[in-house]
Amino acid sequence: MDPRLITAIIVVVGVPAVLIGYIILTEQILRPIPDRRRVTLRPWLWLLPALLFLAVFLIYPTIGTIIHSFQNTAGTKFIGLDNYVYFFTSPSTLGALKNNVLWVILLTLLTVGFGMMIAVLVDRVRYETVAKAIIFLPLAISMVAASVIWRFMFLYNAPGETQTGTLNAIVGLFGLGPFPWLQIQDFSFNTILLIVVMAWMWTGFCMVIISAALKGISAELLEAARVDGANEWQVFRRIIFPLLLPTLAVVATTIVITALKAFDIVYVMTGGNFDTQVMAQSMIQEMFTNGNFGRASAVAVVLLITIVPVMALNIRRFQAQEAIR
Amino acid sequence: MEERTNRRSRIAALIAGATLLAAACSSGTASSSPAASSGGGGSAAPSAAASGGASAGASGGSAAPSSGGGDLAGQSVTVIGTWGGDEEKAFHQMVAPWEAQTGAKVAYTGTRDLNTVLTTGVASGVLPDLAGLPGPGQMTQWADSLKDLGGVLDVPTYTSETAPALVKLGTVNSKLVGVFIKTAVKGLIWFDPKVLADVGTTPPATWDALQTYITTNKSKAQSPWCLGVESGAASGWPGTDWIEDIVLRQAGPDVYQQWYQGKVKWTDAAIKTAWTTFGDVVKNSFGGSATVNSTNFANAGDPLFKTPPGCMFLHQASFITGLGGFKTAKSGTDYNFFQFPDINTQYTGAVEGAGDLFGMFHDTPAAKSLMAYLVTAPAQDIWVKIGGALSANKNATDYPDDISKRSAAILTSAKIFAFDASDLMPTAMNDAFWKGIVAYIKDPSQLDSILSNLDTVQTSAYAAP
Amino acid sequence: MTAPIGVVAPVAQQQVVAKRERNSRLGRLPIHLTIIILLLVWMIPTIGLFINSLRPTADVNNSGWWTAILHPEQLSFDNYAHVLAESSIGPAFINSLFITIPATVIPVLVAAFAAYAFAWMTFPGRNVLFVIVVGLLVVPLQTTLIPILQLYGPKGFNIAGTFLTVWLAHTAYGLPFAIFLLRNFMGGLPREVFESAAIDGASPVTSFLRLALPMSVPAIAALVIFQFLFVWNDLLVALVYLGSSPQNLPLTVTISNLVTSLGGGWEFLGAAAFISMALPLAVFFGLQRYFVRGITGGSVKG
Repeated sequence: MDPRLITAIIVVVGVPAVLIGYIILTEQILRPIPDRRRVTLRPWLWLLPALLFLAVFLIYPTIGTIIHSFQNTAGTKFIGLDNYVYFFTSPSTLGALKNNVLWVILLTLLTVGFGMMIAVLVDRVRYETVAKAIIFLPLAISMVAASVIWRFMFLYNAPGETQTGTLNAIVGLFGLGPFPWLQIQDFSFNTILLIVVMAWMWTGFCMVIISAALKGISAELLEAARVDGANEWQVFRRIIFPLLLPTLAVVATTIVITALKAFDIVYVMTGGNFDTQVMAQSMIQEMFTNGNFGRASAVAVVLLITIVPVMALNIRRFQAQEAIR
Repeated sequence: MEERTNRRSRIAALIAGATLLAAACSSGTASSSPAASSGGGGSAAPSAAASGGASAGASGGSAAPSSGGGDLAGQSVTVIGTWGGDEEKAFHQMVAPWEAQTGAKVAYTGTRDLNTVLTTGVASGVLPDLAGLPGPGQMTQWADSLKDLGGVLDVPTYTSETAPALVKLGTVNSKLVGVFIKTAVKGLIWFDPKVLADVGTTPPATWDALQTYITTNKSKAQSPWCLGVESGAASGWPGTDWIEDIVLRQAGPDVYQQWYQGKVKWTDAAIKTAWTTFGDVVKNSFGGSATVNSTNFANAGDPLFKTPPGCMFLHQASFITGLGGFKTAKSGTDYNFFQFPDINTQYTGAVEGAGDLFGMFHDTPAAKSLMAYLVTAPAQDIWVKIGGALSANKNATDYPDDISKRSAAILTSAKIFAFDASDLMPTAMNDAFWKGIVAYIKDPSQLDSILSNLDTVQTSAYAAP
Repeated sequence: MTAPIGVVAPVAQQQVVAKRERNSRLGRLPIHLTIIILLLVWMIPTIGLFINSLRPTADVNNSGWWTAILHPEQLSFDNYAHVLAESSIGPAFINSLFITIPATVIPVLVAAFAAYAFAWMTFPGRNVLFVIVVGLLVVPLQTTLIPILQLYGPKGFNIAGTFLTVWLAHTAYGLPFAIFLLRNFMGGLPREVFESAAIDGASPVTSFLRLALPMSVPAIAALVIFQFLFVWNDLLVALVYLGSSPQNLPLTVTISNLVTSLGGGWEFLGAAAFISMALPLAVFFGLQRYFVRGITGGSVKG
């Protein structure tokens, strides 16, 4: 038997056992401690494993990134804000920032909107699982395959040749010439197309989570409302939607952050050409292609700063939630 | 959750789990058992260190029962490169004789993210034994981590068997760190001999003659040129090959060298003329600029084989023979080539080439043996015979067909040999070059702003870190 | 502690009755139509790839995939056979399993503890700490590669190339979202249930194991689906941390290697994608039974 199989079994069985054992152990540890102190100490013991992981794998590198953003490439001396200046004055950056704004707004609206709509609709039909699977499939299919899929959708053959791309074939039915879809920069059309591709993948994500939350809404509550004469739209607007709001906030926050970090789709489909570049892409370029860690770190720090308002909103929301609870 | 047993058994499970976990860490490595190692001394205690060949260092690789009876039996060499699919199979065939003879194994990882893996590797010390290097420019950046091949190869033999330019490109500060495993000739002009019979027997010797030929034979195909620059994140590179070929023959090898060294500006008249010459080609390309930008380079030549022919010529490197429509066409009958004609007769006989560079990060005995093997003629003959590759070793001559023989001859007998300029530029410059081509094809009127943007990138790209 | 179970049964029964009544009452057609049209449009891109994966490359280049519908006899599974015949597919699949299963189980548990603490224990700085944890979602993965690899490498703990590296890394990368999701869900559970449990003398551990976890099953199921999927489809993390031990590399690397550095062989990517997708889909379907109403046994408060 493969020795790794034994290791894997040990890990899959042992680690949960160890973790749960740890939690049970914390109660033992807390026993000798006076009541009041116990209440303040307990949360930290529960948080300890998570905080350890986060500190080592996410916080420690981030501190390094922040420091690096003020240094030169070799990391040997501090150059102040030079990297940031370069980033903000580079001609491609402004285009990237503009695109990122579009990404954040449009991706969130599309995925959360569609995700919610689909979750609510299929909740009421018998083939719910199949429908959810179809919407979920694009997320399961991995980025590599998604890029091949949409390559076939956007394919452009010379005018006069047979169109093998789906979109061009469809508009061809209406007598419209083939379009080089991903090259159309006017009104950021190609960026919007890329956002649609990403939305096609991530709507399933929103839908699954919203569906999980939807199941937590008591059927009695909905029944009572319907018996009282409310129509479906009222049931949705007055009962379902407000109860879903916290989940929608979670999903929306996650998607906003995903939009800020998005680069795979752009990288594979256009390489950043035709005015489609985004910030994350320039960061990765600086880091691995140009080997310029200072500049890459500066871009990463800018990303970190952009989510501060999103996080502030979330704090506000929690505090309001606490007040109700 | 089911009923939990009492606390004592919980603690017991905790201790047991922890012990098992600790055991798992030490054995959760490569699938080799901690048996006695053969050959050079292996690691004794089951420390958590035995991973692949990366940390092999002095201990000579992971322990495993030996296969062949060779003196390196049981050892392995980790290799990383960009080759996948058929290329990977070709590489495995190439190393098979070495594996049989020495009893060692080659553990190859292919990835398109080579830059990422090697950058993180160099920074952290987690590196493969051998690695394909993205290009001479990048190799210089990592020269400190690469081992000196002077003690590994028989240097006199190597220098005699390899073109001097290639030897020089692999040397940094008199240290030989990179060798070429295979090469390619760039800038060949491909055509269909069934459509243009005469151009094969009497190819145009100058650019002007080529233009005249095109005008005379306009009716034979829809457009003079086939061109496709799409290539994912590297889109634009076929256009850079065009510009390089033009600069080399129009402005000369000295300007060419200063250009890729960053000493000649992009807005310089000589470079700008090269771009506008290329612009004429784009104007006369099959399907127009939108098609050029959206057609993948591998399929760009397919219109050559259409009836009626979509284009007369395709400008592409020797490796096109394994891609797209060329793959199913017959060498010599369906396609043939002639060399890129001179533009300025002062610089006649110029040839642009490129190649796959290899370097060594760990000088284990097995790695050294493999490296020494890879530069020999018998090794390179294996890949050459499979097709789609030219060798760097002058003595590897087992070419499968006439076309590859001729391509190889061009390389070895070149009067003026120039390496692909964009591969020699810093990667930031290279990337901007690619993007510049795409932007220029989309909108030629933007040439001046594109070139001045390239100048801006040039200033910071060539600056010392 | 039988309260939750007692509540489930009558609610489930009422559910069935309610659904039946709803069926007959409303005009179901608009809903069905909307859903079906949406599903069709959604599927077209994937169907396009699937059909193209059944066609020889020359055909794919010359005509659109819809033309093959009229000539089904030209379709074949050759591409699939080629991918499956790839010698490293079997071991790579096993590697993917070794990597993914622990990397799914561990973060879910660790996050559950933290989420419960954030949701139901009061302590100073709770909200700020939580927001920081969630804020870590934005840390680009690539910025962590070098520092972590230095920790893993010969200058650090020297475990590079072992599975432990990716288990730990994926756990950490998955924690911010996992904590975010679970905390939100657990926070919405009815306060009375925990209060009455506390009055009965249950410790927080018991509340957690017997109440919070069972009631959070839909959220946990969603989390397992996503974490499994992201780790299964991950390429970069495995490549960087396991790259020095090629025998440990997962399926994603094998698939990306079907294509040469010049792009030749892309026709196998479609077939490979569908093969690789089978397991995450199976996980998705397998966990659907946890997406049922009634487990929380009461109204979910805001």
